Amino acid sequence: MEWLTTVAIILGKSLLLLVALLVFIAYILYADRKIWAAVQLRRGPNVVGPWGLLQSFADLLKFVLKEPVIPAGANKGIFLLAPLVTCVLALAAWAVIPVAEGWAIADINVGVLYIFAISSLGVYGILMGGWASNSKYPFLGALRSAAQMVSYEVSIGFVIITVLLCVGSLNLSDIVKAQETRGLATMLGVPWLTFLNWYWLPLFPMFVVFFISALAETNRPPFDLPEAESELVAGFMVEYASTPYLLFMLGEYVAIMTMCALTTILFLGGWTSPIGIAPFTWVPGVVWFVIKVSLVFFMFAVVKAMVPRYRYDQLMRLGWKVFLPLSLAAVILVAAVLQVTGWAPGV
Amino acid sequence: MTVAAAFFYLFACVCIASAFMVIASRNPVHSVLFLILAFVNAAGLFLLMGAEFLAMILVVVYVGAVAVLFLFVVMMLDVDFVELRQGFLQYLPIGAAIGVIFLIELLLVVGSMAIDPNILKSPVAAIPPADQVTNTAALGRVLYTQYLYFFQAAGLVLLVAMIGAIVLTLRHKAGIKRQDVAAQVARTKATAIEVRKVPFRQGV
Repeated sequence: MEWLTTVAIILGKSLLLLVALLVFIAYILYADRKIWAAVQLRRGPNVVGPWGLLQSFADLLKFVLKEPVIPAGANKGIFLLAPLVTCVLALAAWAVIPVAEGWAIADINVGVLYIFAISSLGVYGILMGGWASNSKYPFLGALRSAAQMVSYEVSIGFVIITVLLCVGSLNLSDIVKAQETRGLATMLGVPWLTFLNWYWLPLFPMFVVFFISALAETNRPPFDLPEAESELVAGFMVEYASTPYLLFMLGEYVAIMTMCALTTILFLGGWTSPIGIAPFTWVPGVVWFVIKVSLVFFMFAVVKAMVPRYRYDQLMRLGWKVFLPLSLAAVILVAAVLQVTGWAPGV
Repeated sequence: MTVAAAFFYLFACVCIASAFMVIASRNPVHSVLFLILAFVNAAGLFLLMGAEFLAMILVVVYVGAVAVLFLFVVMMLDVDFVELRQGFLQYLPIGAAIGVIFLIELLLVVGSMAIDPNILKSPVAAIPPADQVTNTAALGRVLYTQYLYFFQAAGLVLLVAMIGAIVLTLRHKAGIKRQDVAAQVARTKATAIEVRKVPFRQGV
């Protein structure tokens, strides 16, 4: 009967994480719209609840209560499967993310690879949705966004490799711990300035490449070509309405959160406090994690509000001709520096 | 143990069922999607065996990259099913022969284990011992030290294949406008604007 309690505990943890994540996303959505509005000197959602705080829940209710429309020529099974695939895969990535020390549902050895694998599957939701709609615009949108996601995965992979070279482990908790104890601040003899230990400083160019690639990978503006309203109506999700559409949108925002969390873990020291002295170290790790994720998302939101959309050929050029050589060179450079200086971690 | 066994049977059953559906389904897009399901379940089986690196690489490479290309091609193709059916009997003998060979090989493997149970122990033990390092580290150590040249040679073969594919499909068309970012950025007022004295009532 021991395995029964183990299974029950894992299920309970997953449910708790799921609920916390979904509530967080409801407010991330609200923040996204508020920031966008503030940049454009509008007020944003402000009617439902005090300061519009319940707007996301009102939207949820509206989506769920509307009639799902399935086009007559659509491949019904795949049409309904596509949004589910998107949403479930995006949520599955959160199984390995440590939100505080030891607070991961599965603290596996190949955590980074797992997230990379899951996010490379995200393209199937889009392809299936676009194909099953049996219509021109969704199909073109799907092909386009599949090409986009596959392209930027390459540079994301190389950026992750540069971090892994510095850490010497694929475990996400180990990556955070490596940033807590080793790094620039420790070398300078001021180990309490933990934020100088984090990898955003030594790997700054890769931090920028990762951030931009994360925008492209999650189809955020300025790379939101999959849903380029001006040319493809709404890309691969033209034919979707009500709950299936909600699942697509939810999956997209969960993927954005995953990328924010990954940025936090790889470059911003995960759950560690920025300054390693008394009042800051009293704050629980999960609070720091949420603050950092929110900050990264704030950057996502501001970029959305301020930067105009890329043209498709420019997007491909940036991915293949700029980021790929740059990140490949960085892998070689980082490996060489670690080897020559003897900073390379033992495995 | 019970949970692991339950998951083994789940992954194994779904894997075999979806592998069957790959050849049985009428729509080629469904076939590719079932193939992906089979891959993912195979990755699950790898995980149960403790080969976590192989499992993740299977998902990243086969599902995340190769199968996407399959899906691309199949979605774009205009497949004529009636025409496809016609050649079925013609290819049946070859297909059956390959199937029989595979079956014999499987039987040989299983049979040898039944005849001599020690045969499983005869391959050399893993260096370093598998229970001391993670299998990612172990694989990396073997690939990048012991078999470095073979690994590099394999990479070279793939590189040549990639360049070959690019050369075969690259077309240089004349008269296409391309964006030259460096040229655009390097433009100055002097190179972009031309001030002309236009004679009155004559135009440029």
